Amino acid sequence: MGKVFTFHGGIHPPENKHRSTQLPIATAPLPKLLHIPLQQHIGAASKACVKVGDKVLKGQRIGDAQGDFSVPVHASSSGIVTAIGNHAVPHPSGMPATCISIETDGQEQWIAHSGLADFTALSTAELIDYIRDRGICGMGGAGFPTAVKLHLGDHHIINTLIINAAECEPYISADDLLMRERAEHIIAGIDVLQHLIKASHIIIGIEDNKPQAIRALETAIVGCRYNIDVVSVPTKYPSGGEKQLIQLLTNVEVPHGGIPADVGIVCQNVGTVYAIHRAIAYGESLISRIVTVTGDGVSKPQNFETLIGTPFCTLLEAAGHLQNNTSRLIVGGPMMGYTIDDLEIPVSKTTNCIIAASPREMPAPDPALACIRCGQCEQVCPVQLLPQQLHWYAKSQEYDKAQQHNLFDCIECGACSFVCPSNIPLVQYYRHAKTAIKEEAQDKRKSDIARERFEAKQMREQRAIEEKATKRKARAEQAAKAQAEKQKVAQQPPLDPVGQQQLLKQQVSAEKLNVEQLQQQFAVLQAQSNTEASAIQLGDLQLKKAQLNLQRTEQALLSYQPADCAPDIDIKKLKVAAAMASTKLKKAQQALKNAQEKSQPGIELLTTTILALEKTASSANAAYSDASNHCLATSSTNLASTEPATGAAKKLKIAVAIARTKLKRAQAQLSKATAEGTKNLADLAQSVTDLSAKLSTAEADFKVISEPIQTQPASDSHPSRDQPDLKTLKTMAAIARTKLKKAHSRLEKLSAEEQQDHQLLAEITRLEEKVLLTQASYLQAKDASASQPDAAQNKAAKQASLEEHLQKTLTLFDRAQQALKKAEANKSPAVQKMRISIEKISVKLAAAEHALQQHNSSQDQE
Amino acid sequence: MPHIRISSPHVQRPTKTADIMRLVIIATLPGLFGMTFFFGWGTLINVVLASVMAISLEAICIKLRRRPVLFYVRDNSALLTAILLALALPPFAPWWVTATAVFVAIVIAKQIYGGLGQNPFNPAMVGYALVLISFPVEMTRWTAPFDLNGNTWEVLGFADTLTVIFGSWQEIIQAHPYIDSFTSATPLDTLKHRNGLTVEEVWQSSEVMANVGAWYAVSLCYFVGGIFLIYRKIYTWHAPLTLLITLALISAIFFAIDPDNYADPLIHLTTGATMLGAFFIVTDPVSSATSNRGKVVFAAGIAILVYIVRTWGNYPDALAFAVMLMNLCAPFIDQYTQPRSYGYKKPNSGQPSKENHS
Repeated sequence: MGKVFTFHGGIHPPENKHRSTQLPIATAPLPKLLHIPLQQHIGAASKACVKVGDKVLKGQRIGDAQGDFSVPVHASSSGIVTAIGNHAVPHPSGMPATCISIETDGQEQWIAHSGLADFTALSTAELIDYIRDRGICGMGGAGFPTAVKLHLGDHHIINTLIINAAECEPYISADDLLMRERAEHIIAGIDVLQHLIKASHIIIGIEDNKPQAIRALETAIVGCRYNIDVVSVPTKYPSGGEKQLIQLLTNVEVPHGGIPADVGIVCQNVGTVYAIHRAIAYGESLISRIVTVTGDGVSKPQNFETLIGTPFCTLLEAAGHLQNNTSRLIVGGPMMGYTIDDLEIPVSKTTNCIIAASPREMPAPDPALACIRCGQCEQVCPVQLLPQQLHWYAKSQEYDKAQQHNLFDCIECGACSFVCPSNIPLVQYYRHAKTAIKEEAQDKRKSDIARERFEAKQMREQRAIEEKATKRKARAEQAAKAQAEKQKVAQQPPLDPVGQQQLLKQQVSAEKLNVEQLQQQFAVLQAQSNTEASAIQLGDLQLKKAQLNLQRTEQALLSYQPADCAPDIDIKKLKVAAAMASTKLKKAQQALKNAQEKSQPGIELLTTTILALEKTASSANAAYSDASNHCLATSSTNLASTEPATGAAKKLKIAVAIARTKLKRAQAQLSKATAEGTKNLADLAQSVTDLSAKLSTAEADFKVISEPIQTQPASDSHPSRDQPDLKTLKTMAAIARTKLKKAHSRLEKLSAEEQQDHQLLAEITRLEEKVLLTQASYLQAKDASASQPDAAQNKAAKQASLEEHLQKTLTLFDRAQQALKKAEANKSPAVQKMRISIEKISVKLAAAEHALQQHNSSQDQE
Repeated sequence: MPHIRISSPHVQRPTKTADIMRLVIIATLPGLFGMTFFFGWGTLINVVLASVMAISLEAICIKLRRRPVLFYVRDNSALLTAILLALALPPFAPWWVTATAVFVAIVIAKQIYGGLGQNPFNPAMVGYALVLISFPVEMTRWTAPFDLNGNTWEVLGFADTLTVIFGSWQEIIQAHPYIDSFTSATPLDTLKHRNGLTVEEVWQSSEVMANVGAWYAVSLCYFVGGIFLIYRKIYTWHAPLTLLITLALISAIFFAIDPDNYADPLIHLTTGATMLGAFFIVTDPVSSATSNRGKVVFAAGIAILVYIVRTWGNYPDALAFAVMLMNLCAPFIDQYTQPRSYGYKKPNSGQPSKENHS
């Protein structure tokens, strides 16, 4: 006998077990109709694999397990499947569930089956699968798939196997009778479990109110090759709770949130062990179990070996149902069982007891009084909670406080309600609070998802607006730049197209890689059925983004192809360029014409000036000739005045010399201008010639006048009269000289303009050449198909696209990181993959930044 | 027969709130007997008076609150409050003092808060504290436990006691010349107002201290009742024993340091309201702390406060004040004295934090 410890609290409700232990286990009568629920275990419901009308044999599989956390169901007897549909099932909710109804033929015809000759020959996994295929789940109450419980991780090293035979609930004696009558089978079942678990110590925990069962087990373990202890524990409810029994037998607490295997313990119900033995030794699937039928509502309380699917009424009738003495029908024990009101409800794998209680036995509870915090509940709680505090919090819906008081550790054993002097249905409060909290959590999750979606949508829209604005801005800038570039497009050498193209090509390949990776990830994510839908959506979004990026980059590359190295040239653009060039030519021609027109008034002015000069010159000439005539007339008579006349002649001579120099200069300039090739200046040259001719006339006149002076200096008798005339003449000559000067400067200006005209002409010629060239290339490229923006535009677009790409990648990176964070928080299995993807995206981000830098630096160099 | 649908568990222990209250009332009987034996009919008359009043007031309140009267009055809680209050009051307190105390206890301290289970303060102590502050003279109407003349256990007759409580006590004094006064001091009073004497000298000189055996006996009665309740698992040992042990410990320390000025532990444990408080007041579940650890803290706090007020305060006894002060602290104590639940390394404490929500 092993040492027995204790657990906190516990109660001693009236046992009432002796009633049903007076008779041995009987076989329940075969009902006409069996209703076999497809879900009799925790986990996924099995799926019917027979059709209505099929004939099934006893032990034949009629429902397949769905997934690992499920077990199949088998026909309990031979017969015809009459219906597959909703039927009342043993469940606290009272809700119907899918059942397979079998009309029994009474033959009890077994499907071919045989046990395993040597189960030790099978591998652990095979043996566990075998147990699963026989439909075995925990028969203590919860119906946990036994295979799952036996399938232990590598980190679980089991040293103790506990067989739960406590059966602490009052009234129930199914396990008690099973142990009394079939102890050897149980030990044989332990043999199988031991083979699977290889524990160093096996403890059968049994309450000391079952002395006969203890004796039977102790007899059965004699000679057993394993270290089995039958340990009787004091009768105290709920010693049969898994955690409580573990504490009783080992003094070890299963950590909060853990399973017994975490502390090296596996616990199996004694009924389950028996079922395992039947499966291994005889190949029988789990199609029957022992059910206690008891209570004041039956005249012969007894245990029945009952086929799964047998309606309760059949069992109750077999036990002598006293309809009029039954006010409450309970499935399970009085502490944790639930009431039903439909006698057609069938027995399932976890139905261990049916209590038909009389009103005297289980009277309707009195109305609840206020909690007086007497603390009785606290003293009996096996989990050492504060039930009255939980009750206050559940009642006032302070669920956070209830959770802080470990509400979810409540095992709903009912000990607190049992002792409550105020009749408060405490367990019901806890169940309600638990459900409310779960619902709250679910609602919160839902609203979180909805909110995230909404925020994402808002972000998306905002981004779209921003992108539009940026694009518009970029377009405007590009247009302005293009306008500026157009002015000097002819002079600008084309940009280095090869480098740009290579860069774009690199980007395209990088994007392609990214898309492929994301596609792979997406496929993986989709393949994983348990991945959160949001993760898939996010992955989808990323993939689409990346595809869009790729598309854009490819387009950029395509549109960048320069005219001379690729066939894709935009005819329209070329045409436009040609048209532009011709327009420019026209404009230049117009400008030339304008310039010519502009130079016209200058020439006219000059001509006028020249004419005026001519006039002045002729008048001066006339004046001069008048004066000289006068002098000639007087010289003969007035020789005395020769002396001053000689001075005047001298001055005049100098003036003439100067005039000659000036004229020469003018002539030189004129000749120069003429040499520069203007035929329009012919008139001017003519006038200059005229002017020089006049000047020579004036010189000739001067000679005429100076000779008499020189010959008769003393005979000049009227020098005083002659002198003013000469002075005037001199002045007039000076004026003529000035005018001539002005005419010269005009001429100079004109010739400068002429030079400009020349330049314009040269430009026109070049433009004409260019037009020709462009037209030629236009013709050449006429059948090509892609667009060719001019270089400057291309460059701006290129930068914009690079920046956009960088921005996109950044956004992608951020979103990916967000997704990762979320995934981590959700413990999604895709976390590893998402991490890899983020690394890749960050590489891409670096590449994009590098590309933009390169582009900028190349622009700076230019 | 139709089958009812009902949540588990389907069986219940038959012990109900009324039974618990009745058991506690039963447990007060030895104390009541002791008080009557040593101090005359006063206490018994007070108990009857208070009970009648309490049940009437309770019924009226429940009626006003539109609840089923009989259903709630039957829970015996008002009766218990009345008995405890009457036991605490001086045996010869005038009827109107008792009435006031009961009114305050039942109507103000209990029903206004929502009735049984909702009151933050112990109703009996609220009633007691109020009359103690309001009617200090009447609240000292203790007689010497019994008449010393002729060495017989002679107490005031029933009719005379009625006259004292409901009428004038002057006549009674004149009729019974051996009674000095009805405002005799209790041992705690005597020890508090020593007029410069040492505790030892008070013991030797005071008549009150000569009769201290009566107080011991009454305390013993309460103690017996309390042990009965612990045995019947009406409450756990935590609160009463903690109170007694803490009080004994503190008084022992001070007595050891200065026996001339500080009373010995026995006096602290056996006189005044210590025993009544430890087993019948501090154990009131409604207004005390919840968990076992909490009850220990709660009771220790009361013991400390009782000692402080008794020794250095203005009142000879302080149980009512101490209990009410600790009633205030009970929710706070509850927050920090959660037990360690199964499977946890350490108990939760304090307010729920956000992390606990998941």
